[in-house]
Amino acid sequence: MQTITLLIVLAPLLGALIAGLFGGTIGRGGAHTVTTVGVAIAFVLSALVFKQIAIDGAESFNHSVYIWLVSEGIRFEVGFLVDELTAMMMVVVTFVSLMVHIYTIGYMAHDEENWPEGSGAGINSYQRFFSYISLFTFSMLMLVMANNFMQLFFGWEAVGLVSYLLIGFWSVRETAVFANLKAFLVNRVGDFGFLLGIAAVLMHFNTLDYASVFNAVELQKDVTISIWPGSEWNIMTVIAILLFIGAMGKSAQVPLHVWLPDSMEGPTPISALIHAATMVTAGIFMVARMSPIYELSEVALAVVLTIGAITALFMGFLGLVQHDIKRVVAYSTLSQLGYMTVALGASAYAAGVFHLMTHAFFKALLFLAAGSVIIAMHHKQDMREMGGLRKYMPITWLTSLIGSLALIGAPGFSGFFSKDSIIEAVHHSTIPGSGFAYFAVLAGVFITALYSFRMYFLVFHGKERMDEHTRSHLHETPWVVTVPLILLAIPSIFIGGPYVGSMVFGDFFSEAITVAPAHDVLSQVGFTSAMGMIGHGFLTAPFWLAASGVFVAWFLYMRRTDLPAKIVALPVVKQIHWVLVNKYGFDDFNQAVFGGGSRNLGTGLWKVGDVALIDGLLVNGSARLVGMVSAVARHLQSGYLYHYAFAMILGLLALFGLFVVG
Amino acid sequence: MNFDMPNFLPAMPEMFVLGMTSLILIIDLFLNERTRVVSYLLAQATLVGAFILSLSLYSGNAELSFSDTFVLDPMAGVLKMAVYATVFMVFLYSHSYLRERGLFRGEFFVLALFGVLGMMVLISAHSFLTIYLGLELMSLALYAMVAMQRDSRTASEAAMKYFILGAMASAMLLYGMSMLYGVTGTLELTELSRAVQQTQGDRLLLVFGLVFLLVGVAFKLGAVPFHMWVPDVYHGAPTAVTLFISTAPKLAGFAMLMRLMVDGLPGLQPQWHDILVLLAVLSIGVGNVVAIAQTNIKRMLAYSGISHAGFLLLGVLSGTPEGYAAGMFYAIVYTIMGLGGFGMVILMSRAGFEAEQLEDYKGLNQRSPWFALMMLFIMFSMAGVPPFIGFWAKLAVLQAVVSANLMWLAAVAVIFSVIGAFFYLRVIKLMYFDQAREQGSLKPGADLAVVLSANAIGILALGAFPGALMALCLQAMGA
Repeated sequence: MQTITLLIVLAPLLGALIAGLFGGTIGRGGAHTVTTVGVAIAFVLSALVFKQIAIDGAESFNHSVYIWLVSEGIRFEVGFLVDELTAMMMVVVTFVSLMVHIYTIGYMAHDEENWPEGSGAGINSYQRFFSYISLFTFSMLMLVMANNFMQLFFGWEAVGLVSYLLIGFWSVRETAVFANLKAFLVNRVGDFGFLLGIAAVLMHFNTLDYASVFNAVELQKDVTISIWPGSEWNIMTVIAILLFIGAMGKSAQVPLHVWLPDSMEGPTPISALIHAATMVTAGIFMVARMSPIYELSEVALAVVLTIGAITALFMGFLGLVQHDIKRVVAYSTLSQLGYMTVALGASAYAAGVFHLMTHAFFKALLFLAAGSVIIAMHHKQDMREMGGLRKYMPITWLTSLIGSLALIGAPGFSGFFSKDSIIEAVHHSTIPGSGFAYFAVLAGVFITALYSFRMYFLVFHGKERMDEHTRSHLHETPWVVTVPLILLAIPSIFIGGPYVGSMVFGDFFSEAITVAPAHDVLSQVGFTSAMGMIGHGFLTAPFWLAASGVFVAWFLYMRRTDLPAKIVALPVVKQIHWVLVNKYGFDDFNQAVFGGGSRNLGTGLWKVGDVALIDGLLVNGSARLVGMVSAVARHLQSGYLYHYAFAMILGLLALFGLFVVG
Repeated sequence: MNFDMPNFLPAMPEMFVLGMTSLILIIDLFLNERTRVVSYLLAQATLVGAFILSLSLYSGNAELSFSDTFVLDPMAGVLKMAVYATVFMVFLYSHSYLRERGLFRGEFFVLALFGVLGMMVLISAHSFLTIYLGLELMSLALYAMVAMQRDSRTASEAAMKYFILGAMASAMLLYGMSMLYGVTGTLELTELSRAVQQTQGDRLLLVFGLVFLLVGVAFKLGAVPFHMWVPDVYHGAPTAVTLFISTAPKLAGFAMLMRLMVDGLPGLQPQWHDILVLLAVLSIGVGNVVAIAQTNIKRMLAYSGISHAGFLLLGVLSGTPEGYAAGMFYAIVYTIMGLGGFGMVILMSRAGFEAEQLEDYKGLNQRSPWFALMMLFIMFSMAGVPPFIGFWAKLAVLQAVVSANLMWLAAVAVIFSVIGAFFYLRVIKLMYFDQAREQGSLKPGADLAVVLSANAIGILALGAFPGALMALCLQAMGA
């Protein structure tokens, strides 16, 4: 098992290193072969591990493979914890990554067109891209397979780094550079909380090992600390909330969500892999992994629930007013991440993680389908210039339809099972804020259906609004693009039914996830079977909400295409529309207050603190001093032998003076 | 008069090296330019053979022989094996360098092997006589090697300086030995330590002798203020010889310090502790600060070596087995890094071009990204940046110093290593951020490319897995 887990992690890393360091030598074919094979190995072995752990019921594996250093009894090490939760994540990550690798061969085939003439950064950009996505796979695997906080943090930062590199992949575009900087800075805020959370764990448990921490939480659950004088905080609440701040950054929860829509500046394959299917779900995974801590703090759960509900509902609204095909999918991702977070807050971790899995498949599918459309449209992304693509691109059309149906939770599709489980779980939850959360996730169903099918109708049906030149070149994309779409469409339909019984309502995750009996909402849902759930699904509110969402979309964007503009022109709606177009003002506020404020603060500190004090006095002052001393001392090395001999005698005499006579 | 047959077995490696070197000396007479490679191969075979012998003799116990003037203990075993491995690497590095400069002659290998023999005797010495014998055998070989390039003025000048200053240091060492002999009446180290313990009352004469002894040791290690020869000799000698002088003799110097202070004069520990503190602080300070002003990379590495010698002293002065182990670890690690540093200078140079100036490293990344990366490993390691092995070496000696309650000394050492980081990082800055002055990638021979890559990657790998080497050092010191 140890060998297998090591191989799973190292195969993508090796691929990334070869493609990255020797990309110029091995060429495009070599680079995509070596990385794809590396990830394929990881996928096959992950599937094997999943079979052993989840199906054959093998013991979960928890072993350290390499101890880097031991300091005061705290071990800094690399270790793997492979249980049901990890095994599932490994399969999802490596499968989606493999699909994206294959897809990228087609998507980036003409990457040289994306760089200006003679740009140095455009050299071997194809190979570099493959190196990055393989490196991402390695980092993500390190994150999900960690058995200690140190390695979790390593993976956490490593995926952040690769995400930064890939958002700004086209580094000659100003918007891309802006977006990757924004992603990096916003994630810094989250990571600050995350790091404090890990520090709090270290301070109170004196270990970074998951198992030791989880074994000790029961004993420590009533410990309080005072953060500032006169306030007592339960230590579990503090740790849980600090860790969740990290999750808010990585999983783009309000108000740290602002980087995700902008991350769409990156090439579409990484939007699918990193900013939809895997990296952004790291926060969800982390909270599920830390369930023993969260279960001890109702305050933290309420915070998680509320933040998730706000994200689920309000980010959905923004999807309604976007014209860029990728941004619609991006806001939909935000909203779905909100659903997962709501599930975590309601203690329905299994449902949240299950939604994470189904979402990974159908959202990757939607992104890759959007990418396929973008390829066909010659890198135009505005939906107002599309329409009627169905007859030109049948495979993309069909797979998009499947993805959209899964997303809105049409009964029978994978998204249906996960989303309905979450809604039902929240319905039974008694955590403070669950009433609002229930309303938010229900209303979110209607919104989801509306924006999904708005996009679907605008792109694939209706009038062909593109210019003549683009239309004449429209055709289905090559097989390297369509095959991943088909392979992702299959689990988007079928992965839900067979697993919902065991994963969500069964004891599949019982070892990996802890749920306090008082919070166990999933057992109250009254699940019978997957078929029963489908049958029941047609009678519930979510189904009718989704159906009406689809109908409204059809009515507005197929039947009465003049209506949307008229509605927007109505007095109250106009203002709401203005708020939505400005994304509730988060971006402007951040740029004015945080961006501008910290720039001003920085300028002030720079002028006074840096230039005058630190640079002037300390750094340059001491550097000048050192430089002067060394320039003088250098002349002692005169090159004359008698000087040297004299120096030796002086040294001898000095030693005498100090130690014999003195 | 009565002769006991001494036990020859512990000295098998020494006898083997002596025999083989004499053999090479004779065989070389019959070789011409084309067949000279035989000497080279035989020299390498000698080192491999000696390694195998020392390995098979390695055990956890100390064994005395030749009327207690010779000792084979775990420390001697490990250090000797480190010396063989180092010199093996030196020969690999120098092979093509010597050839291109018409220095590929039998003398180089014969002298180097005699130097190795001197180091071995020094490492295993257990009496003032054998210490002096080993030291002189080693030093004379080194003087001659520096002077090998007879038509080079700088080399001749360096050799002259080295020889005269070395003779002075030897004289002081001898004077100190005679002083201690006069007080205690013995040359053998165990008896010496017993006699020193029993000396009552005034220890003035003992300390008098100790100071002279330490001057001799400090000269060999290149500790300030007895370091003046280091930059000039490292700079003036052909780089292949610099590579040799700057690495293996440090291991022998460390052994000499251990034999004299820890084996011979534990009774004077308070006194030598204070002297070593002074030497260490001066070395770390002067080495790191003056290195900044250098424009020649060989001189820069020379000052870097001076500061490393100071760090090595930090381990020894703590006076605990853990500290000695840390010092030994530092000596071995420094040797590995020094090999890489000067090896890189050899790799960069070619016939008629020595690549000695820092400016020659500008833009190396554009020309040969792989070798720039290797040099980056070496420089980071020397600066003590984790995860490279240099970090662990510094950490180990600093831990030893802290556990000896010398917090201020640790702080001083850290501050000066931060200052020192500047000149290591400057090399990296030149390689990665400056424009290359000449174009075209480096085209080193395959052997050179492989050995440098192995060296640099070894620095990284040892940094990832420092446990085994550290355990070996601890075992050798009986900690």
